[in-house]
Amino acid sequence: MSALISKPNASDVARAWVLLDALTDPEIPVVTLRELGILRDVRAGDAGLEVVITPTYSGCPAMGQIEDDVKALLKAHGLQGRVVTQLAPAWTTDWMSEAAKDKLRAYGIAAPHACASSGTGAASVVQFAARGAKPEVVHCPQCGSANTTETSHFGSTACKALYRCLACMEPFDYFKPY
Amino acid sequence: MNTLKTQHSTPNAPVDYLLHLADNALILGQRNAEWCGHGPILEEDIALSNNSLDLIGQARMLYQHAAELQGGGATEDKLAYFRDVPDFRNYTLCELPHTPLMSATAQGDRDFAMTMARNFLYSSLMVLVWDQLQNSKDAQLAAIAAKSLKEVRYHLRHSRDWLVRLGDGTDESHAKAQAALDQLIPYTQEFWARSPHEAAAKANGTGIDMAALQNDWNQIVDEALQEATLKRPADGGFVPTGKQGLHSEHLGFVLAEMQSLARTHPQATW
Repeated sequence: MSALISKPNASDVARAWVLLDALTDPEIPVVTLRELGILRDVRAGDAGLEVVITPTYSGCPAMGQIEDDVKALLKAHGLQGRVVTQLAPAWTTDWMSEAAKDKLRAYGIAAPHACASSGTGAASVVQFAARGAKPEVVHCPQCGSANTTETSHFGSTACKALYRCLACMEPFDYFKPY
Repeated sequence: MNTLKTQHSTPNAPVDYLLHLADNALILGQRNAEWCGHGPILEEDIALSNNSLDLIGQARMLYQHAAELQGGGATEDKLAYFRDVPDFRNYTLCELPHTPLMSATAQGDRDFAMTMARNFLYSSLMVLVWDQLQNSKDAQLAAIAAKSLKEVRYHLRHSRDWLVRLGDGTDESHAKAQAALDQLIPYTQEFWARSPHEAAAKANGTGIDMAALQNDWNQIVDEALQEATLKRPADGGFVPTGKQGLHSEHLGFVLAEMQSLARTHPQATW
């Protein structure tokens, strides 16, 4: 860092927003960090810009990459800043825009359902149905069929589960509601 | 990584209490990671690695918070890699091997039923704990709880599903699931035992009343066991003391493997 760090002005913040708006997720490159709800804020700090991001899954290995990508982008355009990680409010897939969900589907990933309402107490913290109950319908992103089945609770990244379409027989990822 | 500073106008959780929560997650995460590359099927290999990733991620957030409160040059890595057995505050349940219980130097095959039964018993507790800790007066702990709850709900779904499949499966899978429960349930008595750091956390409004969760936990466990056609063994016998730093012989072996790299290269950064 040079000694010439000064408080950024409004035009620096606006420039940073434009740049960061285009920054995509390292693992799902068709959606931007802002669309996913990971990029929370850009603001002027006393020693440069502060880019506020929130982690998705606690152990998501992409978070380090995301922080590096943000820093590299700012630096490449002559902006000084740091990344601030903010935990609350906790990230949720409910923040994902409809446009982002459409992009996911076009990319072959089924978009997340809305999260079940949260509350307190044993009845609300345990959010699954007993065996035999009808599971939530996840539509195939390839052919749109509702005739799909879960292959695995976990998939290629922390945020996804593995499904299979029984109509077109294609396997696909489902972005889990979080 | 820069973390937003905690509002220090609110009380902070006792460091030992944060370490108790962090150590549970780290040690179980380390244990479950032992399945990486050895899962019974590919999907479960991936599932257990994902489970570990979540738990170690939770542990990191808790260690970062504890290190900030502790000061004196503490870091998440120092807390994870440079403390010894008596310093760890995890439940004894979390450090047990995946093999049916035997001496720590004995070799045996990992038993998937033991893994799933433990994940079920622990996740059933933690959905309740994280849910309550969302209201902790320690704002950072409350934020960590809100994230962890989302993850542990999914772990519970996964492990409960397997417990039912194994219990209500073949004679062999039923027998293995029952044997795993018979061995592990007595260790859950530690959940309800008193400890100084839990009492201190409850007293300043950053912790919770564990005893008040017992009925809800029993309900979650009993419903799953009924569906799985498994019998709940009676409580009784020795109440483990891991969260007070008095561990089984197994933890030292876990730490030896987990900490050896960091201790060989104490100045390394990545």
